[in-house]
Amino acid sequence: MVVRVLNPGLSTTVQDLGRPGYFHLGIPIGGAMDRLALRAANLIVGNDEGAAGLEAVFVGPQLEFTRDALIAVTGADMPIKLDGEEKPSWTALKVRAGQVLSFGFLQTGARIYIAIAGGIDVPLALGSRSTYPIGALGGFKGRAIAKDDELPVGNAAGGREGRSIPEALRRRPGMPAELRVLPGLYWHRVTEETHRNFFDDQWKVAPEADRMGYRFRGGRPLQFVERDQPFGAGSDPSNIVDSCYPYGSIQVPGGTEPIILHRDAVSGGGYFMVGTVVSADMDLIGQLQPNTPTRFVKVDMDGALKARADRAALLDRIRSVFA
Amino acid sequence: MKNRYSFGGDEHLFVECDESMSLEAFFKSLSMTNAVRDSQIKGVTEICPANASFQIKFNPDMIRPDDMLREVQAIESAASKTDPVIATRIIEIPVFYQDPWTHETLMRFRERHQDPKATDLEYAARINNYATVDDFIAAHAGSPWFVSMVGFVAGLPFMYQMVDRPRQIQVPKYLRPRTDTPKLTIGYGGCFSCIYSVRGAGGYQMFGITPMPIFDPEQKTSYLRDFMVFFRPGDIVKFKPIGREEYDHTVEQVAAGRFTPAISDVTFDLREFQKDIDGYNARLEGMINGR
Repeated sequence: MVVRVLNPGLSTTVQDLGRPGYFHLGIPIGGAMDRLALRAANLIVGNDEGAAGLEAVFVGPQLEFTRDALIAVTGADMPIKLDGEEKPSWTALKVRAGQVLSFGFLQTGARIYIAIAGGIDVPLALGSRSTYPIGALGGFKGRAIAKDDELPVGNAAGGREGRSIPEALRRRPGMPAELRVLPGLYWHRVTEETHRNFFDDQWKVAPEADRMGYRFRGGRPLQFVERDQPFGAGSDPSNIVDSCYPYGSIQVPGGTEPIILHRDAVSGGGYFMVGTVVSADMDLIGQLQPNTPTRFVKVDMDGALKARADRAALLDRIRSVFA
Repeated sequence: MKNRYSFGGDEHLFVECDESMSLEAFFKSLSMTNAVRDSQIKGVTEICPANASFQIKFNPDMIRPDDMLREVQAIESAASKTDPVIATRIIEIPVFYQDPWTHETLMRFRERHQDPKATDLEYAARINNYATVDDFIAAHAGSPWFVSMVGFVAGLPFMYQMVDRPRQIQVPKYLRPRTDTPKLTIGYGGCFSCIYSVRGAGGYQMFGITPMPIFDPEQKTSYLRDFMVFFRPGDIVKFKPIGREEYDHTVEQVAAGRFTPAISDVTFDLREFQKDIDGYNARLEGMINGR
């Protein structure tokens, strides 16, 4: 069966849990920005957690189903409509052949995940169905979906209508959003005063926020420790000899606006980094809208591992709903 | 040159071999990453070498970060004794310098440049004390380059000029990055040349363009059928200046599946190279021309 795209939304891409293993060649892991939301959507419709679904940012798509299907929508809060009738989120919904799925205006969060029983069945590219548009790789023809595309769907394996995930197990960023950060990498390049300011200041998500990275504004400029720039680094104090960039690393070009690299990160470059958002909070970034007030919260490695364990426990509780 | 270790969150170990760029730092990074791969430390998911540093991605559910750090530190002293020798390949890359496409693009972004009245090549030639653009191009194409990192975006090589430091070309990046760069642009920033594998944003100065694709996600290009990315760290590159006619011809040959890059297998020994850089380079280049 196929799903016909009547309207693609702003930027809707096929995503799964990504393609690890090629970052050393500049091909990022990609996959759902909010991995927990995609996993949940898949569990609800009876798919493998890593099946490919659709990720839509800010604006939902309009999709026509050519056959009966079971779907679920998770992630951001955005009214879900089947032939205009509002339906619950985080719940398995029966769709009849010919029905149209559409969405109202975004309320909170930034990205919705649409899982269809059977999964979006585009070809694997380097082991994943995730779309990497810069490299024209994976997903539906290497790009965001467009009007009149027909998305192939695999064979469903026994999901049930009406199953849902309790409200308490749906993870959302707070207000202000808090992102836990492990200082490091080139943290020594900025002064002790900046070490305090960075975590004291309130930042705000800038309009330049996408799958590659999220930019932030509003905090005080960073002050650098003086040094003679090393050979090959470039003349700006924020420059380094081009290095790898970890996922979640926070670079601050010119010392002004922090950029957190996300799933479609560039794999390296010449800007220093002050630290890295812990793995457990990467999902939350995917749900931040521009202008969201944001605080960076300092943690040590024990704190990062505790956050990771908490997130794993939450996923286990979601799984147990369907066990 | 002692490594500096730092964690990038709970999933990455970041290791800086040296603050400054040098082939010694690159070889240290390369020998470390090879040693980490060979030691098969559990929990390692990705190993990414960079110019003078490297990064290991690991699963902290399988190995505690402190144990990961200890395992890699234990490798450092052995790896630093490794001979700086690699079996690699030298590749000739045709370049149409001062081509119309990068020229059109650089003119569109003049207000983001240090010297809006000059082209990127005129600016780079002047600040590196070359009398003319032609002299500068002769220098850029005159020595081989070492691929010291592949990345940024899909398959983009960072290349380090194989000459002694006083002769190395250095240029700053654009004041503000462009939003557009033609695919296969030969760029320059800091002490690195690069080839933009895909069209997109970029901050490096633009010198020319190659007709030879280096990334093909559809794997239709004859020499990219086995794998979509052409470059590997450690490759040696020699640029060959070409004109419009040869550029157009090569584009046609690539499209027809008849273009094969000039590649020869070589062994590179950093110590021999350092003893006589120009002589060593001449022998390397002879390997291409002697094919």
